[in-house]
Amino acid sequence: MRSSFRAGAAAMMAAAALLTAGCSTGSGTSTVEQNTDPNQKVELTYWAWAPNLDKVVDIWNEKNPNIHVTVNKQDGGDPAITKLLTAVNAGSGAPDLIQAEYQKIPTLVAADALADLSGTDAKDTKEAFPEAVWNSVTLGGDALYAVPQDTGPMAFYYRADIFERLGLAVPTTWDEYAAAAKTVHDADPEAYLGTFSSNDAGWFTGLAQQAGASWWAIDGDAWSVKIAEDPTEKVAGYWGGLVEQGIIDNKPMYTPEWNAALNNGKQVGWLSAAWAPGVLSGNAGATAGKWKVAPMPQWDSAKPATGNWGGSSTAVTSQSKNVAAASKFASWLNTDPEAVKALVDVAGIYPADTEGAKTALTKAPEFFSNQPDFYDVVGEAAQSVTSFSYGPNVNVAYNAYNDQFAKAAQAKTKSAFLDAVAGMQQVTVDDLKKTGFTVK
Amino acid sequence: MAATATAPTQADKTAIAGPGSPRKARSFKQRALTPYAMLAPGIVLFLVFMAAPIAYTLVLSFQQKKVSGLGLGKGAQSTVFAGFDNYIRSVTDPEFTASVLRVLTYGAILIPLMLGFALLFALLLDSRRTRAGNFSRTAIFLPYAVPAVISSLLWGFLYLPGVSPFHFVADRLGIALPSLLNPDLITFAIANIALWGGVGFNMIVMYTSLKAVPQEIYEAAKLDGASEIQTALRIKIPIIAPSVVMTALFSMIATLQVFAEPTTLRPLANSLSTSWSPLMLVYRDAFTRNDIYSAAATSIIIALATFAISFLFLRIVQKRAFGQEN
Repeated sequence: MRSSFRAGAAAMMAAAALLTAGCSTGSGTSTVEQNTDPNQKVELTYWAWAPNLDKVVDIWNEKNPNIHVTVNKQDGGDPAITKLLTAVNAGSGAPDLIQAEYQKIPTLVAADALADLSGTDAKDTKEAFPEAVWNSVTLGGDALYAVPQDTGPMAFYYRADIFERLGLAVPTTWDEYAAAAKTVHDADPEAYLGTFSSNDAGWFTGLAQQAGASWWAIDGDAWSVKIAEDPTEKVAGYWGGLVEQGIIDNKPMYTPEWNAALNNGKQVGWLSAAWAPGVLSGNAGATAGKWKVAPMPQWDSAKPATGNWGGSSTAVTSQSKNVAAASKFASWLNTDPEAVKALVDVAGIYPADTEGAKTALTKAPEFFSNQPDFYDVVGEAAQSVTSFSYGPNVNVAYNAYNDQFAKAAQAKTKSAFLDAVAGMQQVTVDDLKKTGFTVK
Repeated sequence: MAATATAPTQADKTAIAGPGSPRKARSFKQRALTPYAMLAPGIVLFLVFMAAPIAYTLVLSFQQKKVSGLGLGKGAQSTVFAGFDNYIRSVTDPEFTASVLRVLTYGAILIPLMLGFALLFALLLDSRRTRAGNFSRTAIFLPYAVPAVISSLLWGFLYLPGVSPFHFVADRLGIALPSLLNPDLITFAIANIALWGGVGFNMIVMYTSLKAVPQEIYEAAKLDGASEIQTALRIKIPIIAPSVVMTALFSMIATLQVFAEPTTLRPLANSLSTSWSPLMLVYRDAFTRNDIYSAAATSIIIALATFAISFLFLRIVQKRAFGQEN
């Protein structure tokens, strides 16, 4: 009895030892040894969440037997970044490459999670991208933190059939947009030309960007936060006015209610980005062929501008042992004509590469088969995206947007919208100061 | 391990030398170790999955991230000892105080209703005249098996005026229903989801303890001419008081930890902030704002408060509820 118990205990301890050994060998092997010989095989891991990206990477793997890339599918932008920051804190476990949204880059740079690519081939891709996009991967300095992949130039989507029935012209300025919103709502008290969504900070950022806002800036060796300034206040006041008059809805986007409204014609328009066809066909499939795209309404028709909603880049992490190879892959993925074409066809993104976008995006998406010049409109909008700088605590500012503008949308007054902008500024600056950043 | 391997040779030697005290000593030592070996799995699991995370949370709660200048590039960020800074900031944060108040209101609505319904259903099921008892019991218990996230999504659909069948019917009848997602009603909307999911569980706990009551007591009551209602009020409720107290305690703890329902409803309406409940605040600090240190401090405060409230509650009701057991 006793000896068999002892044997059991010994076996258990051995098993426990094996388990711990298993754990320790399991972690920290995602990076590979330093590679100097060009003919030696390199293994790269790539965390990304764009759909079907692995199929694009297969093309690379076939052509480059010496640099093999493995895509590790992620849940989305936020969880992937949280995981990367954890790995960087732990000192191991990060991939070689990561898909990073533009607004995450300063946070990642601040955490020393990204490698500087300014000494690699990637610097030669500069000419391929619009200047505003390039600025968001350099943070306006000499370093290069990522290669741009896709962007979300904003445009105005509207129900052409309902516009025709109401005899409405497509609004080209924000004043016309307000008038059209009134007409739509007067004709059907349940219908709206759009909604002000407190859930989508990226959407509001794009609107502010169009008006000329740039919320963070590097001023010598200090950050400055410029949320509560004229362009953003103008945009918030404008939307607050529309919500106060009741001619624009105040409910969040991406709710079952909003989906239903897109389907049954109660949401007549949507200020969205180049990727909207995917969302519309998924959420309002029955309305195919009834929508059209137009440039965003303008503040100043003489100087057409637009903002970005979404978009991401390919970055190399600071833990990668093969920065040169990873950089080579990132450049290929986002500027090689074949790769960009594949990104458009199988991953369904709107490429940041200007020439690539032009050659790859020729046929309108199926949902917009009624508008053959779909990509001409969107492509032109992409050219007018204005520059916008993100700071190291975009997450805090976006979270403040959610809470502050939820209150404002609930209050339905213009002054509450202006208070919300001030609240965002306050929370963002306080957070920077608390962490010790120098703030001007 | 080495000692185990050499033990038999030692035993052989003592065997040759003749039976004596060394052999006794060994078996005594072995006997002394046995309970520890038996406890080892439990202790190891406790240390690894309970004590270590708690200790780590404590360590984190006394640290903070510090950057200098622009905070970009290598070595610009470091982790420093923060003393009680995180705790002071948590306690003095108006958002934290507001979230605690909201949750107390929520509990004041939810707990009496939930326990009241649970007790009512348990007594009804236990009364002699009940028909279809098994079916009703299952039907009341079933919502408990639905995960909180799923039930919140379901109720979210029912609450949204644009897709809700209730609003559809009311509209047809010409009645204007207020949206439960309005700021004035949102606490009720969340409490309703928890009520729907929680009544069944508490009912089962009370019902089980009713079943344990000896039948003779009821017979005696009947002989004395007590009606069903009198039996329920004067006999059943006092006897199952301990389980009512226990369910109340569980409900209070669950209330303080409410998270899934408001988090799932939040994107549907403007009336819920990302810091609506204390745990949502912790989640926001840790995962949205990447400030794991503040989140750790707030977690410790919530844990201590939960402990204190539970302890206090038991002290107050213990005498009354468990008095008859002694």
